Amino acid sequence: MTRWLGVVAAIGLIAGLVMAFGVAPREVTQGNVQRIMYVHVPAVWVAYLAFVAVFVASIAYLWTRAAGADRVAHAAAEVGVVFLGVNIATGAIWGKPTWGTWWTWDARLTSVAIVFVIFVGYMLVRQMTDDPERGARFAAVVGIVGTLNIPLVHFSVYWWRTLHQPPTFMKPGPAAASSSIRAALLVNFAGLLLLGTYFIAKRYALLRAQHEATA
Amino acid sequence: MTFVRRTWAVVWKDVLVERRSKETVNAVLFFSVLLLFVFEFTLGGDRERLITVLPGLLWLGVLLAGLLGLGRSFVLERENDCWEALLLTPGDKGAIYVGKLVGNLLLMALVETVVLGLFTLFMNVDIGRAMPGLLAVLALGTLGIAAVGTLFGAMTAHVRARELLFPVLLLPVLVPVLLGIVKSTEALLAGEALGSVSHWLQLLVAADVIYVVAGLLTFDVLLEG
Repeated sequence: MTRWLGVVAAIGLIAGLVMAFGVAPREVTQGNVQRIMYVHVPAVWVAYLAFVAVFVASIAYLWTRAAGADRVAHAAAEVGVVFLGVNIATGAIWGKPTWGTWWTWDARLTSVAIVFVIFVGYMLVRQMTDDPERGARFAAVVGIVGTLNIPLVHFSVYWWRTLHQPPTFMKPGPAAASSSIRAALLVNFAGLLLLGTYFIAKRYALLRAQHEATA
Repeated sequence: MTFVRRTWAVVWKDVLVERRSKETVNAVLFFSVLLLFVFEFTLGGDRERLITVLPGLLWLGVLLAGLLGLGRSFVLERENDCWEALLLTPGDKGAIYVGKLVGNLLLMALVETVVLGLFTLFMNVDIGRAMPGLLAVLALGTLGIAAVGTLFGAMTAHVRARELLFPVLLLPVLVPVLLGIVKSTEALLAGEALGSVSHWLQLLVAADVIYVVAGLLTFDVLLEG
């Protein structure tokens, strides 16, 4: 089952590459560097979906105390942090030629960085607690508070300052991107989402094997 | 016992312990005085420059002093098996959370009074005109800081390297609250009306509600130890 998920994810990623480099047009003002968007943007979507999964799984764990729910939260948090890291790194690589700087204290860069730090804290709590069951409970509380905090971080930092170009999707008014660019983004999103799910499934199996080995 | 009476029992116990030992209050107040010195040494001299960053410094002082105090509030309970006694309290454990929260609010109010007083004294700024608005911002911001601080304090009391983990967990979560209070304080000290920062006040209220509700709902889980 997990293996097939991996195969499908690989196919999705290849299709994403074909779309990003073959089908999508060369951007007029930014040139080829714009193609990094096809990883940059879907990565943050997948990361935030993973954090929603952490939130749901954490509540489920505190409610039922089922070890499986905790493993889902554990795996999803790690995958979310990795994808958010990819998003920040690709953003910096894109930002240098386009904005002329690796990093700027712009609203969305800052809010993503804060969410990143919150979930690194989530992983630290688990690591620094001696009893794994206690660590799971503590991490669940951090996961719930951390995810609830994301909208607050978003609005506060947005009001604080903004320079980032406005999002192309999910905003009022007609979409600015051409249909092939949009298609390339969506195919890459599907590919990365499959990859993220595959990672979570693998990590889940690993955590269970670890538990069985130590029990 | 009702919820309020149980809450009151926890607050009264904490105040009594603090009144007799005077450990936390003395150290935290002295620490905030020292912070003022440190700010002056590292940034000082140029009064004009200091005034422009004053809202940030003011809240940095409150936050750093608060971190020390909040982090200690549950460490105390680990001595003499007090934690088990808390666990044995009948009824809703949310009352213990609210009691600890009120105790922490009292401590932070004391710290804030001292820090504000010292700032006006040493930096020679006039905050009299902005005071009513500032009090509202202060109250909303402090509730947010203390609500998360109390929750995470109960957690990190059981963790290795707790002095390290407590600020690492707390600070990123508190970014919205911190931005809200610093930006409102900036506007108020510049002579603007409270209405001009209403969006920040709404954010602070939303944050307070979310943190307190999340604290009430999840505190049981942390109290298990």
